[in-house]
Amino acid sequence: MTNKKVVLKFSAQNADKPIIYHLVKDFDLIINILKASINPHKEGTMVLEISGDRYEEGISFLEEQRVSVLPLNQEVVRNEERCTSCGACTVHCPTQALYIDRPSMEVKFNDESCILCLMCVKTCPVKAMEVRI
Amino acid sequence: MSLERSFKEINERIKKGKAVVLTAEEVIEKVKEKGVSAAAREVDVVTTGTFGPMCSSGVFLNFGHAAPRIRMQKVWLNNVPAYTGIAAVDAYLGATELPEDDPLNSNYPGEFRYGGGHVIEELVSGKPVKLRAISYGTDCYPRREIETTITLGDINEAFLFNPRNCYQNYNCAVNLSDRVIYTYMGTLKPNLGNAHFSTSGQLSPLLKDPYFKTIGIGTRIFLGGGIGYVAWNGTQHFPSILRDESGRELNGSGGTLALIGDLKQMNARWLMGTSFRGYGATLTVGVGIPIPVLNEEILYHAAKTDEELFAPIVDYSDAYPNRKPGNLGFVSYAELKKGTIRVMGKDVPSAPLSSYPRAREIAGILKQWIQKGDFLLGEPVQSLPGPESGIKANVLEEK
Ligand code: SF4
Ligand code: SF4
Repeated sequence: MTNKKVVLKFSAQNADKPIIYHLVKDFDLIINILKASINPHKEGTMVLEISGDRYEEGISFLEEQRVSVLPLNQEVVRNEERCTSCGACTVHCPTQALYIDRPSMEVKFNDESCILCLMCVKTCPVKAMEVRI
Repeated sequence: MSLERSFKEINERIKKGKAVVLTAEEVIEKVKEKGVSAAAREVDVVTTGTFGPMCSSGVFLNFGHAAPRIRMQKVWLNNVPAYTGIAAVDAYLGATELPEDDPLNSNYPGEFRYGGGHVIEELVSGKPVKLRAISYGTDCYPRREIETTITLGDINEAFLFNPRNCYQNYNCAVNLSDRVIYTYMGTLKPNLGNAHFSTSGQLSPLLKDPYFKTIGIGTRIFLGGGIGYVAWNGTQHFPSILRDESGRELNGSGGTLALIGDLKQMNARWLMGTSFRGYGATLTVGVGIPIPVLNEEILYHAAKTDEELFAPIVDYSDAYPNRKPGNLGFVSYAELKKGTIRVMGKDVPSAPLSSYPRAREIAGILKQWIQKGDFLLGEPVQSLPGPESGIKANVLEEK
């Protein structure tokens, strides 16, 4: 039985559909939602652990529903040298993986809570957040 | 008897290693503990700092002459154009200049990954930078084209000259519209989704000398990790005192500085190429300014806390772009730094764009320089216009 971790990206058009329900019900998959979030553009990101014999069928179903499925083989890392602790990313990070420690005002990064939404990669003014494959 | 100290007396104490220097954060504690009068007798200098994006920055460069010579008419550094409407091999590279083939906002929001600020960062890191120049050829400068590589060490002069840095105070930016907007104040989410601010509050140089009593032309400063000077007031220098709805005086507002310093002494930790999605490229600059405690009044202002310093809240979806006057109220830096502010009855997450920890580090470095006796205070050769000058902003009319 396969047991895989994947990242799903939902668009604003499909974020509110009961897709995960169908994944479980129609394909007998066991699903563990590791992380999930929806950004203000109504786009969702979900990190799932999926196991079950009909894994491939389930993935095809997701793709038919226009959910993009990425294997979980990338990570977001912080270039500590480059990060200035400005804080600009902290209001854009949906899970508070990037947060301001008070009163020092140092920006901390807890990669355990990162859902790979890449908002910080886009908003960091000095490109301190990097995607690593 | 009230205290009066001169720059000369403070510099004598610095030379003897006896000057008492505190950062703007430390002096706040000192004043809370002892009161302004006692603290003023004790403290000679207060150091301030700021580290934020400052678009009106750039560098004058002299490349040296090639054989045969060229009177550079157009020049590119790593494909980013620099201004050469000055002498033969002189150029000015501005922080916000973009490569000519940059997609800009054609695929909105553009990334603006590379620009003049990034070239400055590469130069100051000692990295090789590609130089290309073209010209029309003259009898004394026959050459029409050159392509080579330069490094900061190879060229003659490189001095930062920033026409507008160190904004005294700045807007807290919000977005009242129903779509995401991309501004020089960062990405602003719809319907008051977030608020960005960009000064170091109680560490910020010009908030600590609102009447320009000590900072003037010739003030010696920390600039980009090296030593620099205040050259003039900055462009759009409109010093005034911010007042709230009831007319109560809050704090300084609108003053700016033009800064100059030798790029060869600086380092990339304090000059970083910066990109604002959907807006453009710029340079993040580190500046630190010492404030001599010449009398109690100067210390009174230098010891102002985040609770006593305020920023106006401005809508960047309509009011700012359309130059509509007014604001959505005022918010203290203490509230802004807590991470949630109240705007129009709504809780709005707030985040800075300028780095408070780096501002603190700059104030600390400047303190060390002064304590070691390496850095003497520069007494202004001329004061800058303060709030009493009544300078008002001119606007551009279409005629
Ligand atoms: S926006 Fe970039 S530089 Fe600023 S705190 Fe976040 S990761 Fe660090
Ligand atoms: S990718 Fe960045 S913004 Fe998104 S969750 Fe991870 S740290 Fe936060």
